[in-house]
Amino acid sequence: MLPSRLEQYPDLDTWVRIDPADTVTVFTGKVELGQGIVTALARIASEELDVAFARVRVQTADTDNGLDEAFTAGSMSLAESGLALRQASAEARQHLLELAGERLGTAPASLEVVDGTIASPAGERTTYWELLGSRRFNRQATGRSTPKSIAERRVLGRREAVRNDLLGLVTGTTRFVQDMALEGMLHGRVVRPPGPGSRLASLAEGPIGATPGVVAVVRNGSFVGVVAEREHTAQSAADALRRAAGWTHDDALPSHMSPARWLLQQPAQSSLIEDGAVLEGPPPADDPPADATTTLKARYSRGYLLHGAIGPSAAVAVVDRGRLTIWSHTQGVFPLRRAIASVLGREVESVRVVHVPGPGCYGHNGADDAALDAALLAEAVPGRPVLLKWTRADEHQWEPYGPPGVVELQASLDHEGLIVDWRHDVWSTSHINRPGSVPNLLAAQHLDPPVEHPPPVPPRVPEVGAHRNALPIYELPRRRVVSHFVEAMPIRTSSLRSLGAYLNVFAIESFMDELADACRASRLEFRLRHLRDPRARAVLEAAAARSGWSGERSAEFGHGTGVGFARYKNAAGYAAVVVKARVDDSTAAVRVAEVLVVTDCGEIVDPSGLENQLEGGVIQALSWTLYESVTFDRRAITSVDWETYPIARFADVPQIQTVLIDRPGEPVLGAGEVVQGPTAAAVANAVRDALGVAVRAVPFTAERVRDAALAGS
Amino acid sequence: VGRENRGSELADFHLDVNGAVWHVRSDPAVPLLEVLRNALGLTAAKMGCSLEQCYACAVIVDGAAVPSCTLAIEAVGDRRVITLEGLSDGDELHPVQRAFLEEEAAQCGYCIPGMIMGAVALLERTPEPSDADIGEALSPHLCRCGTHNRIRKAVRRAAHS
Repeated sequence: MLPSRLEQYPDLDTWVRIDPADTVTVFTGKVELGQGIVTALARIASEELDVAFARVRVQTADTDNGLDEAFTAGSMSLAESGLALRQASAEARQHLLELAGERLGTAPASLEVVDGTIASPAGERTTYWELLGSRRFNRQATGRSTPKSIAERRVLGRREAVRNDLLGLVTGTTRFVQDMALEGMLHGRVVRPPGPGSRLASLAEGPIGATPGVVAVVRNGSFVGVVAEREHTAQSAADALRRAAGWTHDDALPSHMSPARWLLQQPAQSSLIEDGAVLEGPPPADDPPADATTTLKARYSRGYLLHGAIGPSAAVAVVDRGRLTIWSHTQGVFPLRRAIASVLGREVESVRVVHVPGPGCYGHNGADDAALDAALLAEAVPGRPVLLKWTRADEHQWEPYGPPGVVELQASLDHEGLIVDWRHDVWSTSHINRPGSVPNLLAAQHLDPPVEHPPPVPPRVPEVGAHRNALPIYELPRRRVVSHFVEAMPIRTSSLRSLGAYLNVFAIESFMDELADACRASRLEFRLRHLRDPRARAVLEAAAARSGWSGERSAEFGHGTGVGFARYKNAAGYAAVVVKARVDDSTAAVRVAEVLVVTDCGEIVDPSGLENQLEGGVIQALSWTLYESVTFDRRAITSVDWETYPIARFADVPQIQTVLIDRPGEPVLGAGEVVQGPTAAAVANAVRDALGVAVRAVPFTAERVRDAALAGS
Repeated sequence: VGRENRGSELADFHLDVNGAVWHVRSDPAVPLLEVLRNALGLTAAKMGCSLEQCYACAVIVDGAAVPSCTLAIEAVGDRRVITLEGLSDGDELHPVQRAFLEEEAAQCGYCIPGMIMGAVALLERTPEPSDADIGEALSPHLCRCGTHNRIRKAVRRAAHS
């Protein structure tokens, strides 16, 4: 059986090209987001084709190359593109061996390949490039070749090849989309409304458009932008336009209550996560089962989170002889093309979107919106490319945020300390508002007439959006897991790394500690008694052994250890995170001193890359959990820069030890998001271990921790 | 009032960048970052905030790593500016660049040029920095991917090379 993506695109030429000389190019519909996918794919091709890693070029998504892999998201790149490329490379190698066999007059099975050079037992040689250089395979994958067995491997799982994009990054030659320079290129800026409910009433443009160097002022409804010869002129003109603009406001942002309270007050569409069954209103609170001796209830919540790319979003666009080409750091070139064509009323074929690396995005950030902005500006100056950049304030105020959420948990224990009943209710706005068949792009709703975003659609299956990791991994005799989907979205939200898993795992794993304490069990043993999956147990047990954590309570007030565990999506990688934290006696500030991560992500392709993703995930999740929440007033987002929305800095980053359990021969399991939820839970449990009281809302600011400690004592 | 209204008044500047003197005709208020990137084609230093809050744009000016996003070209004078492009000697990487490569100290890499400049300035000043020195020198630099510990390791490795 072929990997699904190869079944969809069975032509070997879609995946592998033998270049004219010395190199091999492989293709993917995925994009590099700093997660190291280009290196991982090059390693796979290097392994299966038997060519040196340095000879492999990887070409990422471009709507002109035809390989539509939708979005690079959800830690699916290796499972989708990687598996297809592995099989395609194995078949390509087999075909090359057959060609060599004909040429050298010997059986393909007797040939050996070393770095693209094929040798017969008699010592005759030929190369991939002699056999097929710059020609096509013209063959379809059949499934008859098998990728190498573990014993045959020389590249995968070893720490030899360094990420092939690193040299460019450390020498400054890597071109991010923000660094592009095309012949005749102009610079663009947009002037956003003050808040999501503001619309343009007047624009006293005056002489701004006539300023030397200003090429065009673009106004369409409430969309205002400017194009200039020089970047500084574009910025100055945008600042002047901002001063010249008058706006109407509806001042309706829910700033007078917490996001959690707001969510609970909204009308919601409720459904059972397990089977998608729609519920008419919240399910009744029926009684705990008869064998229950203790019933616990708790509410956990999070606010809006910023993706917070270090470089504000940008795009280059040009309209050339009617065709619109956009270079973008989008996560999905094909869906973005459809969305932009629809907003601009263009034929899809008249739009090309090419992926260019951008700063790390960690989900659906402003990249797609910037692409539409650039297109709108480029349409005003046909023939000339426009580099559109958002400012820091644009990025902070207008990217689609990770959504707020509330989880309410209720569980009953029997006299033996076993969970006999489990209720999980999760409220959230949408995690899925990417552009595609629906044109969810920021500027679209500012145009005249506006292209309004259609109402978000509640997911009806497990593991999607807010449902991610809502189903507990633990074995429970009775469970009811309910989603309450809030359609209202006064503040736009969409996918942020790990989606609902961050909140659900934070809640479930915090609650597991509270339940363990309620029946006086070890927090480790309590988890294990409800956990059957041997790989899950192995990860948790390794985390306990390596950290010396026994699951018993801290002996020293102010110092605590906590663990958080999950299998991401209940289908991808397993991760346990152990956090040692200290809560300052006087300030109540939480300081994470040490972190241990243990994972099982199946077979390891690139150990160093995996470690980098895990460490990065932990640090980002620590930052979310300790410091981050978007602030706003009735009119506007007030998190406008890194002072009003602080994130973790060097001094806040603890030592992190990673332990990678390798499972050669097992499927590769996505790793990029596995630690987000476990990290939050580990911090929560460490704080509770240190203080004896639970803090159930992130971020754990000193103020919140102090309030919880005072309320609990 | 002020800078943007002088948008059209261009002046001549001679900038000492990476050991060469460059003639630039520019609005005096344009930040050094923009001159480096758009006039000189040196795009390693990155625009991150234009507020001196993230140091993605850090370059070395007279030995100190400073943000170039708000430093007007007219304020640079004859000070010596070094950017990431000026570190390597042909194909020979600077020890700090080599250390970042060897530690694979990058994810998306957007903050890395600024980090390397911060590290180079630190090691010039303090060839054998303590962990606290490294933390302090890099504290104004933001990284969103969470590569902090590998960056620390790379700086330690460079110090020992």
